[in-house]
Order: sequence, then C-alpha cells, then structure tokens
Amino acid sequence: MSTQEHTDRGPLDRDELAARVARDIPDGSYVNLGIGQPTKVADHLSADSGVVLHTENGMLGMGPQAQGDEVDTDLTNAGKVPVTELPGAAYFHHADSFAMMRGGHLDVCVLGAFQVAGNGDLANWHTGAPDAIPAVGGAMDLAIGAKEVLVMMSLFAKDGSAKIVPACTYPLTGVGCVSRVYTDHGVFAVGPDGVTVLETYGLSFDELAERMDVPLQRA
Amino acid sequence: MTRATVLDTAREAVDGIEDGSTVLVGGFGLAGMPFDLIEALIDQGAKDLTVVSNNAGNGEWGLAALLKAGRVRKVVCSFPRQSDSFVFDELYRAGKIELEVVPQGNLAERMRAAGAGIGAFYCPTAVGTPLAEGKEVREIDGRTYVLEMPIKGDVALISAHTADRMGNLVYRKTARNFGPVMATAATTVVAQVSEVVETGTLDPEAVVTPSIYVDRVVRVEPRHLQVEGAR
Repeated sequence: MSTQEHTDRGPLDRDELAARVARDIPDGSYVNLGIGQPTKVADHLSADSGVVLHTENGMLGMGPQAQGDEVDTDLTNAGKVPVTELPGAAYFHHADSFAMMRGGHLDVCVLGAFQVAGNGDLANWHTGAPDAIPAVGGAMDLAIGAKEVLVMMSLFAKDGSAKIVPACTYPLTGVGCVSRVYTDHGVFAVGPDGVTVLETYGLSFDELAERMDVPLQRA
Repeated sequence: MTRATVLDTAREAVDGIEDGSTVLVGGFGLAGMPFDLIEALIDQGAKDLTVVSNNAGNGEWGLAALLKAGRVRKVVCSFPRQSDSFVFDELYRAGKIELEVVPQGNLAERMRAAGAGIGAFYCPTAVGTPLAEGKEVREIDGRTYVLEMPIKGDVALISAHTADRMGNLVYRKTARNFGPVMATAATTVVAQVSEVVETGTLDPEAVVTPSIYVDRVVRVEPRHLQVEGAR
C-alpha cells in the first residue's frame, strides 16, 4: 500500500467526503452517525450494504429523514430531526442504547471534530471559551464505545491551521479513541504509531507535510 | 402498597412534590417530554428544584417554562445548549442556575444504577477529559475507568403512550428514551399517557415498564407538537 496522491483535482466537497467515508463502512455493520456533517454519510450507503443505523436516543434500523406525512414527533434522530423506521427496526431505552455502545457492540461511529491529535485523542464537544455553555450529549460515550471511531471534518480551520494536531488544545472528548480522519484534503490513519497519510486530495503529501504541525508518514 | 393510582388531572398527579426535590424529567428534545405534568408542576408551585433531564428546555414550553418560572435551582443534563434553549442560556449566563453536565450515557446509567440498587459503578466514558476531573479512577484489566455515582430522584415525571389501570406502561418509538430508566430511579413516579386501558388488555410480553415502578398515571390529550424548531 502506498499513499494515493490526488493532485489533479481539488479538495473533496461535502458530498464527496461523505461518499468517501461511506465507502469504508463495511457491509452489514452497525453504525452511529454523529449529528451534523456525519449524518450525510447515510445518503451514500447503498440499500444492499446491510448497514444498520443506530441512533442514541433509542433505535436501531433508522431510515432517512421523514418527509411530509411521514413526520412523527415520537420518532426523531439524535439531532431531534424527524426520521423514519426501516424493516427490522427496534426501539430501546437510553440505558440500553448506551450499553450497546459502551459494551462494544457498535461497529463504527462517525463523528465531527474540532481537533484530533496524532495519537487519536479527540476534541469535539467544547471550545473551552469562557462564555461557552458546555454541552456534551453522547459524544464522550460514542468516542470510547464504538469499536472504530472515524472522524469527518475539514482539515484546516478558518485561520488556516490544521485540525490534526500534535496535542489537542481544546478540552478532550476521549483519549486515543480515533482510528481514521477523513477530511477534504486527505484521509489519515492516527493512533499510537502517529499519522499516516492514506490519500490526499488537491494537495500533495509534501504540501500537506508543510502545512501541518504533526510528522506525517507515507502509507 | 404501591399500586398505581389513575388520576383525573395532571394537577392531582403532581400533588405533594416538595420544594427542594430532585425531579427526573423524561424526554429527548420534545419526544417523550411530559408537557402536561410540567405545566401542572408550575401550577403546583414547588420551587428550588433540581431537574435531571437530557436537555434544558426548548423554546418557552415544557421544561423551559418551568425554568422561566424560576423554580429550578440546578439542572443536571447532557446537552443544555440548543438552537432554542434561550431560557436556560439566559439564566445560566446570569448566574441564576447551576449546571452539571453529564455524558448522556452516564446520565442514563447513573439513574439505572439508582433504580437497580447499585452503589456506584466504574465507567470508561470521559476518562482523561474535564468531566472526569476530581473523580476516582481505577484500572481494571488494563483499561481505565471513572467511578460514577447513582442519580436518585424524589420524583420522576415521564410520558408513555399507554398505561393499564395497574400502571404497566408501553411507550411509542423514540419517545421511550429516558422514561423506562427514570421510572426505576425515583421515589414517586408519575406517568402521563395518551391512553389508559383496562388491566389485562396489554400484552404482558410488550410491557416495557412493569407496574411495580409506577405510582401515578394520568391520561392527557395528545398534543400536536410543532416540528419545525423541534431541536
């Protein structure tokens, strides 16, 4: 395996990024998609993939967002958006929902992030700003619960700094929990062995290495 | 001893809730939120309450209305900040309300522990984060865990879909959320339901909350919640 450098094109747009994440979700897995951008991954999972979506407010077998007459206020996703149920769906209470996460039964979760450290530390719940009202939801439970935690985010912050960092400066959500980071400019493996660049989009490996503060390895 | 009473009004169902009580309030956003019981509690007048719920109110209804009425001293929840949590936000910024943020799974499990007679439990969630600061940590089989304490309520206010006259409860879709857990974790459990049926008509295999946990039941008219902004 070697790093695939896609320099003949620009960065991935949001839909392409969601599709790229979806491609790495194994058929038949039980998956939780975090609130926000990760929700889009569902649009790129084929019907015959057999992937079953979990929502932490108590459901397996979640279907697409409800439209028109389908809207039922008793059936929402974790973002409180009305959704639908698919054949084979099951409902359960909150303690069971988080037990199946924490107990290692959930195969994959996809989360957004403010920062990911090269060792897999995750920061995605709090900016630490003094006037910010802290709100964690299920982020910490998901981060340590799912067998594999994938992060999906833009690689660079608005100020141009990379969000894959040597050490998170924002308050942590989980320690060493992330295995892969999917970004508009590349796909990275993170963990005890540091950061490995699996793919690049719009930038070369060397250009990424120049713009990021963590040591990068080729795959 | 503790057979459930089916009451005629939500106001009767919240009778006797004392000042300073810890009140577990079901619901996740609007789904499963016991609106009628909360409105009755505002009318009843108990104050200085600690509210345990996933969120800290939406818009100006339900929990937000209780907060706005100035009855709540402290909120224990996982996700207070929402697009329409302006009532909580304002009280919090003005220093008029205490907040304990708890990871959502810990919130559920801490209540489950209270209801199951567990003294405390070691949990891997939040290890190495600010939410584990000051808590006892222990390594078990190579993994690090944080000691978490039970959350016990004086009262639980929950919403279910159907009750029988004994107090057995059945929920509906994701409106189930915290209801079954809270029903185990409070001294007095009050359920508002859309329908009360005769004992013996619920399928015993389908009962989610057995009657032993439930003290008071009241039937309320279904609400047509506004979905837009239902975050």
